[in-house]
Amino acid sequence: MMGSENQGFQEAHLFASREEMENLVLDEPLSNLNDHQNSNSYSSYRSAISSLSNTTHHPMSLPILATPADSDPLLSPPLYLNPNAPDNNSYIEPPSYADVIFSPFDENSFNGLESTSQNPESSLALSRSPSSSTYYIKITVSNPQKEQDTTNSLVPGGNTYYTYLITTRTNSPEFGSSEFSVRRRFRDVVTLSDRLAEAYRGYFIPPRPDKNVVESQVMQKQEFMEQRRIALEKYLQRLVEHPVIRLSDELKVFLQVEGRLPLPTSTDVASRMLDGAVKLPKQLFGESTAVVEPHEVLLPAKGGTDLLRLFKELRQSVANDWGGSKPPVVEEDKVFMEKKEWIHDLEQQLSNASQQAEALVKAQQDMGETMGELGLAFIKLTKFENEEAMFNSQRVRAADMKCLATAAVKASRFYRELNSQTVKHLDTLHEYLGLMLAVHGAFSDRSSALLTVQTLLSELSTLHSRAEKLEAASSKIFGGDKSRIRKIEELKDTIRVTEDAKNVAIREYERIKENNRCELERLDNERCADFLNMMKGFVVNQVGYFEKISNVWAKVAEETSGYAKYSF
Amino acid sequence: MIIAQRSLSGSSQSPRSPSSQPFLSVSVTDPVKLGNGVQAYISYRVITKTNFPEYQGPEKIVIRRYSDFVWLRDRLFEKYKGIFIPPLPEKSAVEKFRFSAEFIEMRRQALDVFVNRIASHNELQQSDDLRTFLQADEETMERLRSQETGIFKKPADLMQMFKDVQTKVSDVVLGKEKPVEESNPEYEKLKHYIFELENHLAEAQKHAYRLVKRHRELGQSLSDFGKAAKLLGACEEQALGKAFSELGAKSETLSVKLQREAHQLLMNFEEPLKDYVRAVQSIKATIGERANAFRQQCELAETIKLKEINLDKLMLTRSDRVGEAEHEYKELKAESEEATRRFETIVRLMNEEIVRFQEQKTQDMGIAFHEFAKGQARLANSTADAWRSLLPKLEACSSA
Repeated sequence: MMGSENQGFQEAHLFASREEMENLVLDEPLSNLNDHQNSNSYSSYRSAISSLSNTTHHPMSLPILATPADSDPLLSPPLYLNPNAPDNNSYIEPPSYADVIFSPFDENSFNGLESTSQNPESSLALSRSPSSSTYYIKITVSNPQKEQDTTNSLVPGGNTYYTYLITTRTNSPEFGSSEFSVRRRFRDVVTLSDRLAEAYRGYFIPPRPDKNVVESQVMQKQEFMEQRRIALEKYLQRLVEHPVIRLSDELKVFLQVEGRLPLPTSTDVASRMLDGAVKLPKQLFGESTAVVEPHEVLLPAKGGTDLLRLFKELRQSVANDWGGSKPPVVEEDKVFMEKKEWIHDLEQQLSNASQQAEALVKAQQDMGETMGELGLAFIKLTKFENEEAMFNSQRVRAADMKCLATAAVKASRFYRELNSQTVKHLDTLHEYLGLMLAVHGAFSDRSSALLTVQTLLSELSTLHSRAEKLEAASSKIFGGDKSRIRKIEELKDTIRVTEDAKNVAIREYERIKENNRCELERLDNERCADFLNMMKGFVVNQVGYFEKISNVWAKVAEETSGYAKYSF
Repeated sequence: MIIAQRSLSGSSQSPRSPSSQPFLSVSVTDPVKLGNGVQAYISYRVITKTNFPEYQGPEKIVIRRYSDFVWLRDRLFEKYKGIFIPPLPEKSAVEKFRFSAEFIEMRRQALDVFVNRIASHNELQQSDDLRTFLQADEETMERLRSQETGIFKKPADLMQMFKDVQTKVSDVVLGKEKPVEESNPEYEKLKHYIFELENHLAEAQKHAYRLVKRHRELGQSLSDFGKAAKLLGACEEQALGKAFSELGAKSETLSVKLQREAHQLLMNFEEPLKDYVRAVQSIKATIGERANAFRQQCELAETIKLKEINLDKLMLTRSDRVGEAEHEYKELKAESEEATRRFETIVRLMNEEIVRFQEQKTQDMGIAFHEFAKGQARLANSTADAWRSLLPKLEACSSA
């Protein structure tokens, strides 16, 4: 086996030395990495390994390894086992490779079930390239610093907040340089997220990290910062891996522009309500436009300042649910409805599987721990018997115990290493569960767009009927009714604007529907690959480690085989 | 039973040649629940095969219960001071566990081991009480058993307890508070070793028990995970669905293997460790007996000295009580010699026993370790095999 045999009571060292690792032959790079038929199971394990980068990729991007030409200069050359390996013992090698990546004896790095991002700086992450190009982008978040809010602070001493250093490394020509950094605070991330939500309605936008207001007060500073740092890193990495969002200006600006973030901030709810409340009387008494402008229709009513529009849509949605008549336009797409139900079902199963995966990981962890404790207890016994030995039989027994103890300690380590790998593999379940949130967002974009259309259609029919009534009334008067005629003209204007708005709304609704459809197709394609990789990775891992564990115990069985004749 | 007849130095076990060599082999089998409610208990069939002349015939079957075994142990402990009497499994405290299949089997196995150890011990196998235990009818056994157990101890025991208290009190009164102890450095070392050993073993046994639990827990979580994977598979279509279902099925298979291994671990590893702990506790009891014997010897020696002085005084004064005193003195002398003999027997026996004990334990542990390693290797192997068999199926799913 690799590594040294244990000496005395010293713990066995299981890592291959650095030199051994670097001497692994780098054979011809596997050319067609997507072709699962070509590559042996080891390389598919390798692509699974790449999913274990701590900035775990967004599930929706393809699991392609960076091709050598584009390989990250920061990474050591990717290590491939000779694909012409003669025997099936290839399973044994991957875990040793894994030894090097994930320092298993860093007890702190395994906090319960916080899956990834243990050593961001030393990660050998092979980032994924999104489906559209073979360029890669990698985001690192680091170096939290305290800063002072210098603008209009009512309290002397001011507001303090923390900023994080956000470093982008890329070889995409979209960006000016190949490496750059900015400082951003959490509020900026919220702003980015809100702007993206407005601009990319209908897309499965990765959900941003929670504000965690309570936790920020209750948790230890260090712990909270680290938790937030990891969450931010994951979030940003997912954003750049989304094939459409990575091209957005908002994101580019966020990542590149130093200093203050030049994106419009979201006014908070209170001031929105205040603005709206101010506008409302004017709207009702006809002083300002009671009409929805076409461009306003591009955004949902909920986030805006137009309370009147909000009320109208609310009324419409109530009418949809409780009213006797069918709304003017309905969700007709049966395929979509089925998909929606299926997504709901999938989410439930994912949640369940994710929970059981966590329990499994805990059980594996416990097994490793107890095995280790058993080993240590026997090591103490060994020492004791040796020290106090009065008979040779004691020394023989001590030797047997030592054999068992060292095996137990080794097995314990294997269990724990296996486990930290398992966590990363099964993390795919958690990731997709998170994706469900994004899907919900996209679906609700669709329904709110539909609601807007329905509201406008209702309004139009109301306006039309009002116009008809006025014309009927006015035609009865000979010579016309000056005031009525004026009213009719105004009404006709309103109708024209509302027609325009309706058309814009319909176009928007169709656009969102199309976005939904594309994203669902992407989900279908990528989900299959991601889950199969997860399973393969998990299984290969289990095989590799249990082979090792089996060897350890086989040796002990061998060495104690002399006693076999006495047992049943 | 995992511990068959073991050939130890000096024991006479040869089931294969019954007529030539003397042998005595026992098996404890067929646990049956008898009685109702609180009175319920388990009875065992005890089958004896022997060619010892003192025994009735080549084979005898009797029915015994746990308290009968306790009686036997207590009798042997009384009679054979200095010998490490084989330990009995504990009385179970928890009510609902008392009749679980696992507990019953574990106890049966331990009782079988107990009797066989006695039967294969040179001296113990000669014991009348053993013969009674193996041969007497159930009524006789019940009578004997009820004499021993309960709060009504034999008169001799009561006398002894009384004397002990007297001695203690007089010691305190006379200012001799420290108990008299041997000044034998080797023996001191042994005592220290035994007490320390118990601690170490108890810890090892504790972790062994936990390990059994961990196996069960891992098995359970694999089962749950398997079910969840299957449900996920049902949700997905085609290749992916199939892959999840296969994964789930394999998980469930492995769960079963783990539960099985947990049971093996309990019987073949944890139980021997517990047995080891009990054996050490039995030695501690013998150590206590040795201390008693030593103290008695010392006390008698003291008393004799006093009596000698008294006798000389009486002889000098030509008292008419000389005769009486001489008589008493002779009696005491005999008692003292008896006490010395008893003590020295214990010392001699203990020296032999400790050698035997160490050898026995090395063998017992060797077997236990072997079984443990075999079991773990078997489990790991079948786990690797099971998962490995899944890989081609997963490959097929990806290329589909």
